[in-house]
Amino acid sequence: MVPIEHALALSATLFVIGALGALTRRNLIVILMSIELMLNAVNLALVAFSRQWGDQAGHVFALMVIVVAAAEVVVGLGIVVSLFRNRESVNIEDVSLLKW
Amino acid sequence: MEILFYVFAAISVAGALGMVLSVRNTVAGALSLVGTMVALGGIYVMLEAYLIGALQVLIYAGAILVLFLFVVMLLNLRRDSFTPERQPVGKAISVLIGLAVLVQLVTVFLGSFGPPAELSEGFGTYRSVGIELFTDYVLLFEVTSLLLLSAMVGAVILAKRKID
Repeated sequence: MVPIEHALALSATLFVIGALGALTRRNLIVILMSIELMLNAVNLALVAFSRQWGDQAGHVFALMVIVVAAAEVVVGLGIVVSLFRNRESVNIEDVSLLKW
Repeated sequence: MEILFYVFAAISVAGALGMVLSVRNTVAGALSLVGTMVALGGIYVMLEAYLIGALQVLIYAGAILVLFLFVVMLLNLRRDSFTPERQPVGKAISVLIGLAVLVQLVTVFLGSFGPPAELSEGFGTYRSVGIELFTDYVLLFEVTSLLLLSAMVGAVILAKRKID
């Protein structure tokens, strides 16, 4: 039996690694992958709590998170492809028009 | 059996770090994220979430990461486009915030939870999660299909037309 505290600590670690990747990297594709990693960390916490309390609602929510992640990746990579076609770059410094 | 969890945890953290630190080569970063996803699938199975574990490997490692690799290779990013990144101050602040969040999360999560609940028969299998999904959460399921449809249409429009 896996101790729930250890699973949750792993979830927190993965979430923070993903958040740091999204904050510090300048490559748009790596930022999208970091967001995927954060969603996975949340999934791990949902599944661990589901195991702890013997309630399957966490599994259903994790399923929905997977679906939302898939939809997000499809739209995000569509934006990346369209951006690369117009700017020849995936560096977010090159598309900072909306930044003050 | 329990040692396997720590092996999977080490693989997933190593893969995540490899992805975030892959400054030069995005393909290598995507491949190390595949390792993270497969290891997480193993952890889900150890937490009695058999359906989620299978879907994790199928959808994340099988579909989403392949899509990432496909786009990275399609764009044919030259190595020199990944110049060393600037802003050491911003990066230091990000790392500090990240460590603060990590400490907070671990402090909250390491509270005492007591012994885990007794599991019902067939917990986490296709049959029992499927019954739950199609009875209590059937509206959620239907809304999900709308979300997928709109994402599909949006992706086709975004990747097809030139933005002025």
